[in-house]
Amino acid sequence: MATATASMNNNKSVLWDWLTTVDHKKLAVLYLIAGTLFFVKAGVMALFMRIQLMSAENDFLTGQTFNEFITMHGTIMLFLAATPLIFAFMNFVIPLQIGARDVAFPFVNALGFWIFFFGGLLVSVSWFFGGAPDAGWTAYVPLSSGEYADLGLDFYVLGLQISGIGTLVSAINFIVTIINMRAPGMTMMRMPLFCWTGLVTSILIVFAFTPLAAGLALLMLDRIFGGQFFVPDSGGNAVLWQHIFWIFGHPEVYILVLPAFGIISEVIPAFSKKRLFGYTAMVFATLIIAFLSFMVWVHHMFTVGIGPITNSVFAIATMAIGIPTGIKIFNWLFTMWGGKLTFNTAMLCASSFVPTFVLGGVTGVMLAMVPIDYLYHDTYFVVAHFHYIVVGGIVLGLLAGTYYWYPKMFGHKLNEKLGILMFWLFYIGFHLTFFIQHILGLIGMPRRVFTYLDGQGMETMNLVSTIGAFLMGAGVVVLVINIVYSAFTSERVAVRDPWDARTLEWSTTTPVPEYNFAQTPQVRSLDPWFYEKIHGDGLMKSAEPMDEIHMPNGSILPFMIGLGLFIWGFGMIMLNMENPIMPPAIVIGVGFVVTFGSMLVRSIKEDHGYHIPLDKVKKIEKEVS
Amino acid sequence: MSDSVDVSKGLPSNPEKATLEGKNKFLGFWVFLGGETIMFATFFGTFLGLKEGTAAGPTADELFSLPLVFIMTMLLLTSSLTSVLAMFSMKKNNFKNMMILTAITVVLGLGFLGFEIYEFYEYLHHGLGYTTSAFASSFYTLVGLHGAHVVFGLSWFITLMIRYSRTGGITLTNAPKFYLASLYWHFIDVVWVFIFTVVYLMSIGGA
Repeated sequence: MATATASMNNNKSVLWDWLTTVDHKKLAVLYLIAGTLFFVKAGVMALFMRIQLMSAENDFLTGQTFNEFITMHGTIMLFLAATPLIFAFMNFVIPLQIGARDVAFPFVNALGFWIFFFGGLLVSVSWFFGGAPDAGWTAYVPLSSGEYADLGLDFYVLGLQISGIGTLVSAINFIVTIINMRAPGMTMMRMPLFCWTGLVTSILIVFAFTPLAAGLALLMLDRIFGGQFFVPDSGGNAVLWQHIFWIFGHPEVYILVLPAFGIISEVIPAFSKKRLFGYTAMVFATLIIAFLSFMVWVHHMFTVGIGPITNSVFAIATMAIGIPTGIKIFNWLFTMWGGKLTFNTAMLCASSFVPTFVLGGVTGVMLAMVPIDYLYHDTYFVVAHFHYIVVGGIVLGLLAGTYYWYPKMFGHKLNEKLGILMFWLFYIGFHLTFFIQHILGLIGMPRRVFTYLDGQGMETMNLVSTIGAFLMGAGVVVLVINIVYSAFTSERVAVRDPWDARTLEWSTTTPVPEYNFAQTPQVRSLDPWFYEKIHGDGLMKSAEPMDEIHMPNGSILPFMIGLGLFIWGFGMIMLNMENPIMPPAIVIGVGFVVTFGSMLVRSIKEDHGYHIPLDKVKKIEKEVS
Repeated sequence: MSDSVDVSKGLPSNPEKATLEGKNKFLGFWVFLGGETIMFATFFGTFLGLKEGTAAGPTADELFSLPLVFIMTMLLLTSSLTSVLAMFSMKKNNFKNMMILTAITVVLGLGFLGFEIYEFYEYLHHGLGYTTSAFASSFYTLVGLHGAHVVFGLSWFITLMIRYSRTGGITLTNAPKFYLASLYWHFIDVVWVFIFTVVYLMSIGGA
């Protein structure tokens, strides 16, 4: 895939360059590709499940395969598709939006990607070793214990453990980048909302992925080393897993949806030709949502029997999240109100996000009412609810972001006609698939069950849902066609700012040079680029004289650390295999040595990076402008 | 470039935070420790939830002996003190003192580790295997994870000491490295204070 970044190192082969890159723009492309592949994979699983549910007592899939598909669909979509796609945009956009040359730790950025990638690979190879995990993406014990679940669950536990480390180090990197690397004048309250939501999401990751890491470690110890954490006969407690999982699991929803909020908050002002309405309120609403997201995990466990007092407290906390979310909804509406609206694909996705998300929010408040939750629990009503949040919220946000930032990332726009076709196929398909599932849930169709009986009034609605799923699939196919078609036919974008937008990333030249900004910009206002277009001479003021630019060196070590963790994780799984082809201890040892050896090399070797000399910077600047 | 610092007149007073890279590492490491805190909190919660689940195996007050844990606590607290003193030496640009104090820290840490291995060995002989009960699993996991952190911290110190023993000076590149290792060591120490209280004192005191 063509990239817009000007490469400095022409003597390296293309493959080596991408394996060793620490450039945030190239890592964004890597995240985008990896996330898209996982997204397509999990999407195809969803289509298979919809085919199975198309008619009553269908035998397209066996119950076991269906269980593996629901588990992998959920796990991949949340951990390995949505997370990297969001990281792709955060990686590309945040340093540009705050006027930085790169993230705070370029090496750690690459490390995060490769660890995530190898973790995802480890989950994915489970198909070749006796079947995928089959206990649902929540992996409740005892269903996920050694007694009831096969090797697939070991891949789940170790793969997610490893990919979680990658996500965690990336999040730390983003926090430090946003706090320490802002250009002069870019105060916290002048940051674009995407940076704010990126910051808050990263903080949530630091505090939510660590309990997950602990929980997965407990499950791993139970499964592989005979721990007794979740075994009631030995004094263990099965509900403990549910608590730990949802202490992670609920913030996870906000980890994914807040950056989508951020994208929407960038796209809507850009195509309404107005500044974001209620910027300060938006920032504080984001912070409040983040805070409350840790206070509501028990609403996933209302039917466990924790007691009416606890349930009530968590129900009220859950409903309270509706308030800051409502603030956001109204601010987006008021941003559009009276604006000069342009309805291209990005804006269509962004604006249709608003009513779709409201529907998901309303069912969320319905589910928060404890007595009624007993009726909805584990039915398709819940499935419909969270797909309205996840697809209607996160995926529409990601699509908006794709169409919006594509020209900056790849140097050409995506075709608008195909884009609008994609939007309508996807949007109609989405509502067709999931709206009707509310009703299916209300008449009692349980989730996670691979078939249903004839004559219960569920056939027609399931067929409609399946048709909708295929429309969504067609939408994604059109998107893929669009990417290929546009790569060949679209005009190169030669201007800095094809959308006449507002934030700092549009002040860079297209393609963005390796060092982003030849001179660090001086920020004078919120929406700094728009401010200079109106009040200045249409170019950013510089905060420093043109000088040589310090750049970090590429390194293969992040790849090696990820590979080592993959080998280590595979060795751990081999401990549970009946006839491993070689002693697991050797594999574990090799992985251990590769990982820690690479870390040792990194620690011992002082790497000061290199400088791009001044005349070369001037030459590049002349070429791109 | 703004991140180059003039060292011709000697090191600045905070060499670990003088460069942008040092500042970034400083902040990033604090955030990392925040995450570690939450991870340990989860294991503490697990221990508190499962410590009554002894399933006919040995119980906490049958096993734990305060004198042993007291010695371990003293060793680790003292090592934290020497680590702080090492950082004071670093800020005064006294490389030799810093190396000596770091070496003392390592020796004290190794002493702690030895006692911990002895402790686990003893409990094993009293019939508390890893798989005996939920209490056993959660105890060994929490305290063992802390022990693993001690091992990592010691390896870190030793690596740095070997790497920089011949260079003979504090630079703006190695100061953040020593500082972060020291920060990590203090974190390990703080976690131990909580383990001492929550695991040992509360189990014996009957709270």
